[in-house]
Amino acid sequence: MVPAADFRSYYGRPVVKPPVWKRDIPAYLFTGGLAAGSALLAAGAQFTGRPALRRTGRVSALGALAASTYFLINDLGRPERFHHMLRVAKPTSPMSTGTWILAGFGATAGPAALAEVAPLLPERGPLGLLRRALPPLGATAGIGAAALAPALATYTAVLLSDTATPSWRAAYPHLPVVFAGSALASGAGAGLIGTPVAQAGPARRMAVCGAALELYGAHQVESQGLLGEPYRQGRAGRLLRAGRALTAAGLAGAVLGRHSRVASALSGASLLAASVLTRFGIFEGGVASAKDPKYTVVPQRERLARRQAAADGS
Amino acid sequence: MTDDLLDGLSDPARAAGWADAPPRVGFFTDTSVCIGCKACEVACKEWNAVPDDGFDLLGTSYDNTGGLSANSWRHVAFVEQPALPPVDPVSAPVDALAAAAEATPDFRWLMMSDVCKHCTHAGCLDVCPTGALFRTEFSTVVVQEDICNGCGYCIPACPYGVIDQRAGDGRAWKCTMCYDRLGDGLSPACATACPTESIQFGELSRLREKAERRVATLREQGVSRAHLYGADPDDGVGGDGAFFLLLDDPEVYGLPPDPVVGTRDLPAMWKRAGLAALAMAAAAVVSFAGGRR
Repeated sequence: MVPAADFRSYYGRPVVKPPVWKRDIPAYLFTGGLAAGSALLAAGAQFTGRPALRRTGRVSALGALAASTYFLINDLGRPERFHHMLRVAKPTSPMSTGTWILAGFGATAGPAALAEVAPLLPERGPLGLLRRALPPLGATAGIGAAALAPALATYTAVLLSDTATPSWRAAYPHLPVVFAGSALASGAGAGLIGTPVAQAGPARRMAVCGAALELYGAHQVESQGLLGEPYRQGRAGRLLRAGRALTAAGLAGAVLGRHSRVASALSGASLLAASVLTRFGIFEGGVASAKDPKYTVVPQRERLARRQAAADGS
Repeated sequence: MTDDLLDGLSDPARAAGWADAPPRVGFFTDTSVCIGCKACEVACKEWNAVPDDGFDLLGTSYDNTGGLSANSWRHVAFVEQPALPPVDPVSAPVDALAAAAEATPDFRWLMMSDVCKHCTHAGCLDVCPTGALFRTEFSTVVVQEDICNGCGYCIPACPYGVIDQRAGDGRAWKCTMCYDRLGDGLSPACATACPTESIQFGELSRLREKAERRVATLREQGVSRAHLYGADPDDGVGGDGAFFLLLDDPEVYGLPPDPVVGTRDLPAMWKRAGLAALAMAAAAVVSFAGGRR
């Protein structure tokens, strides 16, 4: 055994409880990020006059938001009590903060997507009135959704880190970078799938930025010594390595296949799949770190030893 | 937002808004007199109507409970320790066996009744998004079963791995320090049932003084490793409402050696998330400003 991992425990049982969250939560990490990335893409398209890209972004944001809501409620032990989340607004609870961010995002991304039906409405009558009213409403709502999007994409990193799960807590400086990058890359991926190449330029550039952040952040998370170990081994390691390969493939496809709709769509799909794998990998890495007492005891012992050394030195 | 949480609170109930709070109460569990009878586990189950958690033989000494869970709010740990590393009786020479028998005057059996720590800075309470977990007037931490929606956030948030989700029920459950009994001026069921006063209940400040005296006595008697765990208001959770006298390192009993509530790092976490959010917004701007196509 390596000296650093020499530790004592109670029959090898975990000290902290691993999260009881089901697959809904890593799935939500993905859909929440996708919603955020898509809303940013839609807002940019709205400002720069790219209607196809705007439509793709808004519809994808709403779809991802609906999926997020489903996953979050389905994961509850008592789903019929989901509205108890709205009893309080608690700054010490990242989940409470996130609930309100998501509620605000829903109230803006929803109308923005709804506004896309305007061209389908008749030109006359009461619906004709709606046809004229919807686009400005959608524009305002779209700006609101984009303003909340970065918070929606990154609060989930705080949610995971504000626990006693060793490898999530230790990764707090880097997880938001992974999640922000993953959100941008997945939103861009949806944009590349749903938009003709003539309007997809910004999605391509967003894919490059997102992939770079995602790769850099994941590298930092995996490089943190003993507490990076759960992200390099087992199921989490396989998921993160596969995610990295697909991110790289998606990145290459987005740049090299910029004249081909098919190549762009394929690279978009690759980026979306990469985001799913990365989220599940980060999730699984934390769960693995909670199940082995080594990751709780050894870093805490080292911290105590450092404190003792500092006290002795002074 | 966390300033109040970070300076060692001497009176969490008052900080939580109870104007006429009684003095803070707690448990002092003195493991040096625990005999491993598990009366605490039984009394807790009976009084609180905690469901059965399965009939398991775990092969871990006399411990067939395993740990604290939604259905075990007291857990007696059993640690068997030879005083010297054991000698393999089959392969070791006879002299070595004789020497080991002489040099090993005693075998040590550690027993310890574990329970929710009712932290001064309680991670479970801080992260609860529904307000189901709350600070009582006795400064204890209790889940309101009619509010909890089973989000599960408190479970990884506890630095001691205490609170857990009950299968088939979906909600989170843990020790209430017998909140119903406290309200009627009674002691918690476990402390009442304990035949050796290993579990003592009372005003926390008095229990801390008592525990200090007990440690001093034990050290005088030559038990050099006796120490208090969770009694220091300056530790990572602001001190525990339920603290312990241990005879070995905390991790030997399954306790974390240096627990720290997540909330302590929360401002730093939000700062990093804010930076990443800014980077994300900047990336979006750059993506659209970067060219005409």
